[in-house]
Amino acid sequence: MYKEICEKYAPEKDNLIYILHDIQDNHPQHYIPEEAVQVVSEYLNIPTNHIYGVLTFYTMYSTKPRGKNIIRLCESPPCYIKGSTNVLRKLKTILGVNTGETTKDGMFTLELCSCLGVCGNAPVMMINEDVYGDLTEEKVEEIIDKVRRGNQ
Amino acid sequence: MKFYRSHILIGISEASLLAGAEDFIKELRKELAKYDLQDEINVLETGPLGFFGKGICLTVYPENITYQDVKIEDIPELVEEHFLKGRPVKRLMLDTTGKYKPRLNYENRIVLRNSGVIDPENIEEYIGVGGYEAWEKALTQMKPEDIVNEVKESGLQGRGGAGFPTGVKWSFTAPLKAPQKYVVVNADEGEPGTFKDRLIMEGDPHQLLEGMMICALAVGATKAYIYIRGEYKLCIERLRKAIAQAYEYGLIGKNIFGSGFDLDIDIKIGAGAYVCGEETALIESLEGNRGNPRWKPPFPGVEGLWKAPTVVNNVETLANVPFIIKNGAEAFRAYGTPQCTGTKVYTILGDVAYPGLCEVDMGTPLRTIINDYAGGMKKGFRFKAALVGGAAGVFIPERLLDVNMDFASLNQYAAVLGSGAILVMNEHQSIVDLLWSIIRFFRHESCGKCSACRNGCQQLYELITKIKKGEGTMEDVDLMLTIADTMYATSFCALGQSPIMPVRSALENFGDEFQEITKR
Repeated sequence: MYKEICEKYAPEKDNLIYILHDIQDNHPQHYIPEEAVQVVSEYLNIPTNHIYGVLTFYTMYSTKPRGKNIIRLCESPPCYIKGSTNVLRKLKTILGVNTGETTKDGMFTLELCSCLGVCGNAPVMMINEDVYGDLTEEKVEEIIDKVRRGNQ
Repeated sequence: MKFYRSHILIGISEASLLAGAEDFIKELRKELAKYDLQDEINVLETGPLGFFGKGICLTVYPENITYQDVKIEDIPELVEEHFLKGRPVKRLMLDTTGKYKPRLNYENRIVLRNSGVIDPENIEEYIGVGGYEAWEKALTQMKPEDIVNEVKESGLQGRGGAGFPTGVKWSFTAPLKAPQKYVVVNADEGEPGTFKDRLIMEGDPHQLLEGMMICALAVGATKAYIYIRGEYKLCIERLRKAIAQAYEYGLIGKNIFGSGFDLDIDIKIGAGAYVCGEETALIESLEGNRGNPRWKPPFPGVEGLWKAPTVVNNVETLANVPFIIKNGAEAFRAYGTPQCTGTKVYTILGDVAYPGLCEVDMGTPLRTIINDYAGGMKKGFRFKAALVGGAAGVFIPERLLDVNMDFASLNQYAAVLGSGAILVMNEHQSIVDLLWSIIRFFRHESCGKCSACRNGCQQLYELITKIKKGEGTMEDVDLMLTIADTMYATSFCALGQSPIMPVRSALENFGDEFQEITKR
C-alpha cells in the first residue's frame, strides 16, 4: 500500500514531503508508521534518518497513531488573548484527555498548533480539514457533539 | 453577456464559509427564483469584501449597500424588501451613521483593488478589469532590464517584513548566466495575527500569478513555485484553478505569445513550520529537507533552490508588480511617502469595533488605521497597546500611537512594520501574559539549528513563566533583556533575532507591569 502511494510521485527527494502527507492522510490512524518510512527510504533512495529528521521537524506529521479526528487548537498570541486557554480546558474535560493524547474510543486526538491564519475569528481550531472559529466553551461542546454524531 | 438590474457580491473567505456561506448562497438563489428574479439579479461569489463585518457579508450594486452578518433566516425579508420592492433592509446594513464611516477606500487600493469586486475563479473577470495587460506589455514591449529598472524606480520594498528593495533583489539574479533559475513565492504565512496573503490569494489569485510571470521574465526564470501552507485550503484550490486557466489561455507554458519565453508555475505545499517563512529555510523545505535556514552568503538570488539562482518574494510584494508595470513607477510612487512608496495591507485584530483587513498608503499613522479603518475601540473598552508586526513585533503604547506606519518611521522606535499584523489590546489585558504567549511561540518554533536561539528561547520561556507566576524578581526581568540581546547578536537567522523586539518594547513601555508583578 505504501509502495503504491510512493509510485504516484517521481522518485525525487523533493517529493518526500508530499509522499509523507499522502501516506499520513490515507492511514486510518493518521500517522506514519516505521514500515512506511522503510518503503519511502528505498523508493527515494534516501536514509531513514533523513526521513525521520523531516518527519519530526514539521508539526503536521505524527509518528504515533492518532484518532479518527484530529483537533488542532491554535495557541498563538491572537488566540491566546481571546481565551484559547479556556477552550483548551473545556476540550480536555469533554474528551477526558491531555494535549497530545487520543480518546479511548479512538475518536479524537487533541493537539495544539501555531497560528492557522484565521485570526479574525480567534480563538480558532481545526478538526481535520475544517476550521471552527469564534470558539467559546459552549460552542466547543456543540462542535464535538456534532462531529461525534457525524461519525456514527 | 447578460445584463442584470443588480449584482449581489458575496464575500467568500474562510471566515464566511465558517458562517455557512455555501448554504446561504443556495438559499438566496432559491428565494430569488421564487419571485422570478434570477435573470434580473446576479449573485456573485467573490473574495473577501475588505472589512470584517461578522459572518456573511454582501455588497449590492449599483446601490452600493453593504449588509453584514446576514443569516439564512434573513433571506426572505431581504429578497422581498430589497430586491422585489427596492427598500434596503436597514436593520442588516453595516452601520454608516455613527462615528464610524467604513472607509473601504477602493481609490487607494493597489493589491486589493479587485478583491470583493470580481469573481476570483474566473480569469475573464480579471482580464475584464485590465488584468494581464501588464504581462502583455512586459512580454512584448519591455526588455528584462527595463522591468527590473521600473521596479527599482518604483521603490517597491518586500512586504514580508524585512522591507528589502524588490528591484535590487531582482537585479542580483537577472544578469547571472545559469542553465536554470527559479522564482519562489513565499506564501507560508505563519506570523501570528497575519493573514493578509491568504486574503490576497483568495480575493485575486490571478494578480499574484501575473506578478510571478513578470518577475520570472525579468530575472530569466522558467520555473516558478508558490510555497503555500497546507492549511490554506481555499487559496490552494483557487490558485490551482487560476494556474489551469492561465495555461488554457496561453499566458504561461511554452513559447508564450510567440516570444520564445517559457514559464511553468506550480504549487508546493508546506507541512507546518514557522521558520519556513525564512527564505533559505523555505528553499530547504522545497528540496525535501528539514526547514533549517542556510548560511548567507551566498544569498538565494545567487545560489538558491537546487543551487540555482532563485528569487524569493512575498505574495503581497509580487501582487504589487502588475500595477507598477502597467502604470509605471511614477504612478506607484504617488502612493505612500517618498522613502517608502506604495500601500500596505494590514490585518487589524483584537478589541476594535471592526477587526479586519485594510490597505492604506505607506506612512498612514497607526492612530488613523485603528480609529478610521477599524472603527476605534469596541464599545466599553479602552486602548492599552497595539502589538504591531505579529510575534516578532513590538508593543506600541498610546503615547506613540501617532507613529507613521512605514519602514523608515518605525525604525526610529526600533520597531518593524513586519508582516502587517496589528493586535489591539484593551486595558484589562496583561502585557506580561501576552509576552509569555509570544515567547512560548518562539520556543516552539525555534528550529534548533543554532544554540543561541534553541537555548535562548528555552531560557526566556523559563524566566517569563516564573515572572508570570509572580515568583520572579527584577533581576530575572533584566536577564531576559540580556538573553534576548545576545540572541539578537548571535542567532543564525531572523527567528532568533526576533524575541528582543517584543521583550524590549514591553519592558520600555510597560515596565511598571513587571515591577508590580515581581513585587508580589
